[in-house]
Amino acid sequence: MTPPDYEYLRKLLKDHSGLDLSADKQYLIESRLLPLSRKCGVSGIGELVQKMKGGSASIIAQVVEAMTTNETFFFRDKVPFEHFRDTIVPELLKARAGRKSIRIWCAAGSTGQEPYSLAMSLKEMGAALAGWRIEIIATDLSQEVLEKSKSGVYSQFEVQRGLPIQLLVKYFKQNGELWQISPELRGMVQHRQLNLLHDFSQLGTFDVIFCRNVLIYFDQDTKINIFGRLAKAMEGDGFLVLGAAETVVGLTDVFKPFPDKRGLYRPSGARAASLQGAAAMPKIAVMAGR
Amino acid sequence: MKTCLVVDDSSIVRKIARRILEELDFQITEAEDGEQALEACKSAMPTAVLLDWNMPVMDGYEFLGHLRRLPGGDAPKVVFCTTENGMDHISRALHAGANEYIMKPFDKDIVAAKFQEVGLVALPE
Repeated sequence: MTPPDYEYLRKLLKDHSGLDLSADKQYLIESRLLPLSRKCGVSGIGELVQKMKGGSASIIAQVVEAMTTNETFFFRDKVPFEHFRDTIVPELLKARAGRKSIRIWCAAGSTGQEPYSLAMSLKEMGAALAGWRIEIIATDLSQEVLEKSKSGVYSQFEVQRGLPIQLLVKYFKQNGELWQISPELRGMVQHRQLNLLHDFSQLGTFDVIFCRNVLIYFDQDTKINIFGRLAKAMEGDGFLVLGAAETVVGLTDVFKPFPDKRGLYRPSGARAASLQGAAAMPKIAVMAGR
Repeated sequence: MKTCLVVDDSSIVRKIARRILEELDFQITEAEDGEQALEACKSAMPTAVLLDWNMPVMDGYEFLGHLRRLPGGDAPKVVFCTTENGMDHISRALHAGANEYIMKPFDKDIVAAKFQEVGLVALPE
């Protein structure tokens, strides 16, 4: 891919989707767009760009789609946030009435939509949480996405996916075509760079862990290992939230599904036994450390 | 059958919106301005209205005020769809009884997301 082609794609993606690629993401573009080139019957990315410059709206749309499939949006999938509002927080309000604090970890916090959706959900519960100390820790592998998350700045496109307009008006400030989430909500979320393959015991113990759509990238042994360490990082009566296509079933018995709540899990108490089997760090950790 | 009245003075925007909303299982009627839209609502109240702001004859904001005072006029879910992208406009629209607000330019995902917000399109499983 030539540098001008890369710049063209970068700018187009920024304009069309808010996707902000740094200067070194050629590999990402190639991995996503080479299959698309074949599908469109062109020889490669150069020819694809030519067609885009020629104004092919269909190809532009497909390129944007291919590049943004991993994007996250506010209240993504809705259901986990209903679990949070209707099940998790009400249970914790009872169970933590003594210490009046709740610790939440977004283990794949990405560009911030998930932790800020949780922060907005908590604000919307209002008086019930008055006097409570709530911590939301957002971690991600990428420092770059964490910076975006910290800034709390989103494109017009991003704030229109999943975010009810009332919440946009209530919690965001407009700056031209960009929208920034309020300082109060930004202040509710702490950011840390973290690789889930590495030890995360220093983060402490959590009441709620959101770990959605990240374990799908790991092999089975790694998943089992991470589940074991997540269970150790969680209170015995805490809650684990996984992505819609993810489960612990068949992998580990340290968590058990919460009845009738899709994607919601609780520690089973069987943590010690399962952890022994996964004590050795898996192969992928070595690769990631190279 | 869910019905949606698409109100926009641009025939191109109406055509794009129609195509997207038909895919979301809406039956579509169209109006070119607020006055036409009001007449359409008087003869048959739609399930939803996709509403431009700036239009000749009667703008979308004025239409919304009239609609909400009609018998049964509180029922339709009204989704603004406009280049008026400022917070002041959004606040005014919500105050006047709009249910959702799309800032142009829009695409299929945004329309689907906004109609999910107002409860007229099911969430994908």
